[in-house]
Amino acid sequence: MSKDILTIGGRTFSSRLFTGTGKYGDDSVIPDVCEASGSEVITVALRRVDLESTTGNVMDFIPKHMQLLPNTSGARTADEAVRIARLARAMGCGDWIKIEVISDNRYLLPDGYETVKATEILAKEGFVVLPYVNADLYVAKALVDAGAAAVMPLGAPIGTNRGLKTREMVRILIEEIDLPIVVDAGIGRPSEACEAMEMGADAVLVNTAIATAVDPVMMARAFGRAVSAGREAFLSGPGAKRVLASASSPLTGFLGGAEA
Amino acid sequence: MIVTINGKASELDEPLTILALLESKEIAPRAVVVERNGDIVPGEQFDDVRLEDGDHLEVLRFVGGG
Repeated sequence: MSKDILTIGGRTFSSRLFTGTGKYGDDSVIPDVCEASGSEVITVALRRVDLESTTGNVMDFIPKHMQLLPNTSGARTADEAVRIARLARAMGCGDWIKIEVISDNRYLLPDGYETVKATEILAKEGFVVLPYVNADLYVAKALVDAGAAAVMPLGAPIGTNRGLKTREMVRILIEEIDLPIVVDAGIGRPSEACEAMEMGADAVLVNTAIATAVDPVMMARAFGRAVSAGREAFLSGPGAKRVLASASSPLTGFLGGAEA
Repeated sequence: MIVTINGKASELDEPLTILALLESKEIAPRAVVVERNGDIVPGEQFDDVRLEDGDHLEVLRFVGGG
């Protein structure tokens, strides 16, 4: 097999697993998680500094070779997402941004309309924009027109570990959208990440499922392998599904039978 | 003078620069981004920009997130 490379925003990656930095009981496990997963893209959030007490800096734990993908979590409108994105870029860690515009606190579902608006503004400013959205064909098409670098549909609501509930809609995006499709949110088990990749997703982003495992490093390794396995299965061209059985062994030359 | 930092009013005895303010709070300047009255202050200007009475500052940094 020739080298299978993912290209987003002009940068190439050999791993198709994106990871996050949220919810770790102890951030010092993050370097080992990154290594075990093989991931080359990692998310962070931007928040106010606590001026009364200085705590550890998550950036100290992120391997330098990784592509940083700051998110706009906390934004409820396109304008707020744009503001956060510009601040994130001013941190001097590149121009990638995961657009996340959410005003629904119960299911944390993304607002497609505001997300498209933010994507259009930021893509014009030279950002590499990866928007987090519902698996909706029209939103995805609007993101293509707005200049997104990838489309990141959710598998299930953020942090639920419920898996690829949106599979049929994600399948349509994979088929119809001419940008990398990165399944983000809800993936809870390596088998689900594997399924998304088998379907032809270009990558998956997994945070909660790794960070909340009893052994995050082992889970990170499992996800890395599952994503690779799913990708290879997709590229291999799986055989057709059938209703009736089709014997795998020859149906002639049985022991003890009469030969014709 | 009163300066609002991350939504909280603070009394400053003297007109500090942003760099001096960060140092007084033991915050590494390279680890943060600062917005002053809605405008981003580039890091290389932290030592030049002097705070004024009534300024609104946002001091942010990267934290764990998905």
